[in-house]
Amino acid sequence: MFLTFPIMVIKVNTIENIVVWRWKNLFIVGIGVFLLSFVWRYLIKRKEVGKKKAEAGELVKPPITQRVLKEPKFYIPALIAVAVFAIAFPFVFSMYQTNIMVTALIYVVISLGLNIVVGLAGLLDLGYVAFYAVGAYTYALLNYHFGLGFWTVLPIGAAMGFLFGVLLGFPVLRLRGDYLAIVTLGFGEIIRLILENWNEFSFGPSGIANIPRPGLFGIQMSLHSSIIYLYFLMIGLTLFTIFVVNRLQDSRIGRAWIALREDEIACQAMGIDKTKTKLTAFALGATWAGMGGVVFAAKTTFINPASFTIWESIIILCVVVIGGMGSIIGVIIGALILILLPEYLRAFSEYRMLIFGAVLVVMMVFRPGGIISDVRRIYRFEERETTA
Amino acid sequence: MMKNHFGKLFVMAILVFFAGSLMYSCGESQKPAEPAKKAEAPAPKAMEPIKIGVAGPHSGDLASYGIPTVKAAELVVEKINGKCGVNGRKIKLIIEDDVCKPEVATNTATKVVGEGVHAVIGHICSGATKAALGIYKESKIAAISPSATNPALTQSGDYPNFFRTIASDDAQAKLEVDFALDVLKLKNIAVLHDKGDYGKGLAEFAKSFLEKDSRAKVVLYEGITPGAVDYSAVVQKIKRSNAEAVIFGGYHPEASKIVAQMRKKKMDTIFISDDGVKDDTFIKVAGKYAEGVYATGPMDTSSNPMAIEAIAAHKKKYGSDPGAFFLNAYAATLALLNAIDKSCSTDYDDIVNALRTEFVATPLGILRFDERGDAIGVGFSIYQVQNGVYVEIK
Amino acid sequence: MEYFLELFLSGLIRGSIYALIALGYTMVYGIIELINFAHGEIYMIGAFTALIVASVLTMLGWNQIAIILLASVVAVIYSSAYGYTVEKIAYQPLRGAPRLSALISAIGMSLFLQNYVLLAQTSDFMPFPSLIPEFKFMESYEHIISSPEIVILATTTLVMIFLAFLIKFTRMGKAMRATAQDREMAMLVGVDVDRIISFTFIIGSATAALGGVLIASHIGQINFYIGFLAGIKAFVAAVLGGIGSIPGAVVGSLVLGWTESFFTGYVSSDYEDVFAFLFLVFILIFRPSGIMGRAETEKV
Repeated sequence: MFLTFPIMVIKVNTIENIVVWRWKNLFIVGIGVFLLSFVWRYLIKRKEVGKKKAEAGELVKPPITQRVLKEPKFYIPALIAVAVFAIAFPFVFSMYQTNIMVTALIYVVISLGLNIVVGLAGLLDLGYVAFYAVGAYTYALLNYHFGLGFWTVLPIGAAMGFLFGVLLGFPVLRLRGDYLAIVTLGFGEIIRLILENWNEFSFGPSGIANIPRPGLFGIQMSLHSSIIYLYFLMIGLTLFTIFVVNRLQDSRIGRAWIALREDEIACQAMGIDKTKTKLTAFALGATWAGMGGVVFAAKTTFINPASFTIWESIIILCVVVIGGMGSIIGVIIGALILILLPEYLRAFSEYRMLIFGAVLVVMMVFRPGGIISDVRRIYRFEERETTA
Repeated sequence: MMKNHFGKLFVMAILVFFAGSLMYSCGESQKPAEPAKKAEAPAPKAMEPIKIGVAGPHSGDLASYGIPTVKAAELVVEKINGKCGVNGRKIKLIIEDDVCKPEVATNTATKVVGEGVHAVIGHICSGATKAALGIYKESKIAAISPSATNPALTQSGDYPNFFRTIASDDAQAKLEVDFALDVLKLKNIAVLHDKGDYGKGLAEFAKSFLEKDSRAKVVLYEGITPGAVDYSAVVQKIKRSNAEAVIFGGYHPEASKIVAQMRKKKMDTIFISDDGVKDDTFIKVAGKYAEGVYATGPMDTSSNPMAIEAIAAHKKKYGSDPGAFFLNAYAATLALLNAIDKSCSTDYDDIVNALRTEFVATPLGILRFDERGDAIGVGFSIYQVQNGVYVEIK
Repeated sequence: MEYFLELFLSGLIRGSIYALIALGYTMVYGIIELINFAHGEIYMIGAFTALIVASVLTMLGWNQIAIILLASVVAVIYSSAYGYTVEKIAYQPLRGAPRLSALISAIGMSLFLQNYVLLAQTSDFMPFPSLIPEFKFMESYEHIISSPEIVILATTTLVMIFLAFLIKFTRMGKAMRATAQDREMAMLVGVDVDRIISFTFIIGSATAALGGVLIASHIGQINFYIGFLAGIKAFVAAVLGGIGSIPGAVVGSLVLGWTESFFTGYVSSDYEDVFAFLFLVFILIFRPSGIMGRAETEKV
């Protein structure tokens, strides 16, 4: 720690043809690093102590968040509170707040989709944004050429996502781990580059403008009310997603995914069709990205390939991991934090990404399981009482 | 156990959702009344400040394009507020960051709209501008961009609320092509672009202008990958195509790499580029290789007394030379405030009307806007790097 | 034919540029199976350090050879220290955690370093002096291959040989291979695994820094974002060659360089990257562990 201390300090000088020595910065950074290193060491120590305790103690209590979630006494009122808050939100807060909330909800939906792929099935997908782009362009192009409305395209977008998921998933799922990651990353870039280069098809880098917002039985809406409408639409979509993902998780295929994540070979031995299971995970994840993409296009009313870079994939991945892989509530909280925080941190916009990066590292070091980590479901065989 | 829970919850959630939509539909009927109230409110209190949004990238990698606009707006407003404002009302700037991303720009736009601005200066990037304009249009707010050059913004007619103090890309491409054909009398031209919104749009125009003209032919049309480590393969291709000149659409980092690599390969191909390259950084980076490069840029107005004054004010306050689009932004702010002043109103229709009819003296010359929103009297001219500085070619 | 040769050369140079970065990538991956996203950033920091040192020394009026040597040495030392710190802060505490956590931590580190440099050095592109002197004897060949390009080629070759030697024949190399094979087993037979990993990071960062100096002085400009772009490409190259293998990284980089160069030359650079990625997918479908990678037999 102290070895590198001087490096951090001296690094802070700049050049603009002339060398500007900024001794003041150097001083501040020096002190900052000095203090931080103490905090860091303290935290690491604490973490290690905690670990030792966990090893020594026979039964570790589940973390407080988990206990709260399990207990219906807290659970139901909390949920009602959230529901009331969610409904009241657009009426209490300004249009701007509602608008960024819509963005956050879009991320909730697609992150839940990615959660199927990464969290449940354990396939690292770095090109997830490709499916998001597919959805967005499906809506934009169908609307542009055929004038199809939002509601018609929403299922088509989902279907396109699914289709692309299968198409891209098929060749790559033979690969494992990091090879899979790089190939999905490649596919993500390929889709973006094609959108960028193929002018006749996608209007190239200048993008598509004037995409209509979703309509409600042809009623003309003002900007404000259409945002509120979009907000409730997203709430509905989010609930639908939560419902489906939750059911999936407990279904046969969901259990197969989790098993696949834990041990592929054992899984095969148990008679699970590896390729098919992986493919469904991949395609279902893509479906949600497709839907999210349609809503995204409808919300921004303008899309261009620059919105679908690899950074977008990484941010979605971060949402999933920070929130807690495999945990639905975790992912929702993760999405809300990661998307809303930067909006509220506008005042520090210069330092926003710096903080973001640091938070990622710190989070991973001290809470590798995410904010709300998924409890491993334990199935216990309990002998029934003979009287039954 | 768990499953059961979620089943119930789901039913509940659906109910909640419906309740929400019901409440919403009730809410909707009340909505139209609100904006009307808002519009009335400021009228009696004439002393309330006029709010003007300034949106553009103020952080991230494109910040250097957005910050000068903020500074320009601040300087103008400072000056005018010092002289008791416009129509006796002070001006308040609401500055918001859009990082040049369309998806962020819509949030930015709703934010400034929510703050109740009367007009907006921005956005900076064409993509972000397009995304935000829809929101401004529906909220009846005029926007003046100092830098969004995408032709469709004014030419499509979709955005009656949009104005700009910079000429559009096709004008620039036209100038480049005319220069290559009329002045340099070239026969074989290669057109390159950086696959970006700006660069590719420009290159497309250049290509179509060249194709319409029989005097020269396009021997190569290619997009290069921005940020690649080297461009020697593309440079070889240019060499093989026997092009006498390259017209490049894009920004200076790529331009300087290509020029340097061409010169290192002992190629004396003429290099013609655009506003994105007409930047002193290009000369600094490309060094001796920059010599002789042509670039189009906004007409040189640095001899305009207002421009001299504006630049001097910037130097005085910030101690440095102003950055990109500073004068355009300065002009945009002046034009907007002038329109508000002349029309004695902050209503959308009055502002737009005044922008189209009233002439205003700005650092870019005396200008007003045409029907489509382009500034009349703002154009481009050709520059060439001579002895390490850009010199205007008459 | 001449055109073919020119494209071949430009592919070769591109490939060796990728290789300089890919070598460090692949070394780190080989030891701890972590995609070190921050590797590109280390490369960028190396370039920036060299730029700072070089401009200070130029002002002091040193001669060119001394400047490039000193700048490279300082850059290498700095970057190694950065690599070491990054490892200690972001990866070491995560040894036992799931792989994905370490990956996210790497992404976070990459973001952090990028923005750190952005804030400290602004987002503008900065001219990088061409430090590499023009060789006299090269003058007549300048239009085919320039001196900086020769230097890059030579450095890549030397670094590769050095690394291969280090891993194959030294004690440290042996320990590294042991750690790569089975970390716990290596620990049991008395290898100080933490030290080995730190050492790997230092070596990897040093090669990245060297790459940073050479490539930056070849391209002539740097900004905070170059690391990320170059890092992605180098990573692709490393995977193509079979990640974890030193000769594989070089072969993968060259193959990638040639692919891009020939595709640009004979087809179009519009779809250059698309083709490069498709090529990668294609190779991986038929050789799932890369060109030089050993087929993994799964241990049950």
